Amino acid sequence: MSDIVLPDDPSFGPEVQVDYPGYRSTRLRAPKRPLVTLPEELHSPDGPVFGEDALEEHDGDLTAQHDGEPLGERIVVSGRVVDEDGRPIPGTLVEVWQANAGGRYRHEVDQHPAPLDPNFSGAGRVLTDAEGRYRFVTIKPGSYPWGNHENAWRPAHIHFSVFGRAFTQRVVTQMYFPGDPLFEFDPIFHSVRDPKARALLVSQFDLATTTPEWALAYRWDIVLGRGGSGTTPVEEPSS
Amino acid sequence: MKTPSQTVGPFYSIGLTRRSENELVPAGDPAAIVLRGTLFDGDGAPIVDGMIEVWQPVERLWGRCGTHPAGEFTFVVSKPAAPAGEAPHLDVYVFARGLLKHQRTRVYFPDEADANAADPVLAGLDEADRALLVAERDDGALRFDIHMQGLHETVFFST
Repeated sequence: MSDIVLPDDPSFGPEVQVDYPGYRSTRLRAPKRPLVTLPEELHSPDGPVFGEDALEEHDGDLTAQHDGEPLGERIVVSGRVVDEDGRPIPGTLVEVWQANAGGRYRHEVDQHPAPLDPNFSGAGRVLTDAEGRYRFVTIKPGSYPWGNHENAWRPAHIHFSVFGRAFTQRVVTQMYFPGDPLFEFDPIFHSVRDPKARALLVSQFDLATTTPEWALAYRWDIVLGRGGSGTTPVEEPSS
Repeated sequence: MKTPSQTVGPFYSIGLTRRSENELVPAGDPAAIVLRGTLFDGDGAPIVDGMIEVWQPVERLWGRCGTHPAGEFTFVVSKPAAPAGEAPHLDVYVFARGLLKHQRTRVYFPDEADANAADPVLAGLDEADRALLVAERDDGALRFDIHMQGLHETVFFST
């Protein structure tokens, strides 16, 4: 395994290394040419605005989307979406998707021989509130094998997509669970070379947001770049 | 320090494209333009598990489309108003398995030659790269193919 994951390299900075060789699929997909910097005087465009009409019933509760309850450990995942100055981002769309408790996605390409759960689709959407807070109820996803290298397994994770105020704040990322023994073997996790930046991908167990006798809880804040003027008022969305 | 990006992976469609959101304007709108294209990898093969997002910031219109099953994407857009000092264009984001961070590009319109010639972003590129960012006319629609690598590698912008 040690030939798969390169050593930490904080000098690379907090950004993900897009051509990280340990993650094989980058080879034909990561751009080869340097990115072009847009002229500074151009204003970064404001991001899209979403309203309640972007949501459907039970979009925030992945355990309530079917007639029965999914198998697995019920958890609450919550946190805040803020910018690098700590300002909350209200009214932004947060989307999640994940494997079921057995480590299987409800997706035709996923051939992992773990059972599908008829009571779990594994996708949700919420809007952040006035303080930038979001909250999902779900089950803890399982780890699963993938074909990147011999005996490769992904640490358990939930995929997150967030928009923010400005188009340049857009981020799609993955939330991990604390203490996962698979971290040291995972090239996707290690494609973030700076250990301090990588730590921002890991949620914290949070007793305060558990629901007694019902669900454990993890807290994870999402920090977006400064991008844009940041002065965009929250607008009433038009349908 | 901001939360780093991670790839959307191969299964994003269960979360991100389970609803049809590729019409920025209704298909019946008199100003509707079909924008389509194919996402290619460094071997010139279609990327069949990618996702494209298009953003028309002046009108605040947004849409997304997966590239399943043949690497192709289709949007219904209208030509956006030109931001101050720029030619009309759409902002485009590309997501895929193998892309640890999404990539940003722009698509310009082929019937805006004068505005394109004066656009400060296009002006900073050489002629071949400028041409890569202008959609082609394609049977009443517009075509904008995206190449992640290779001879025709799309111009991507830092975010």
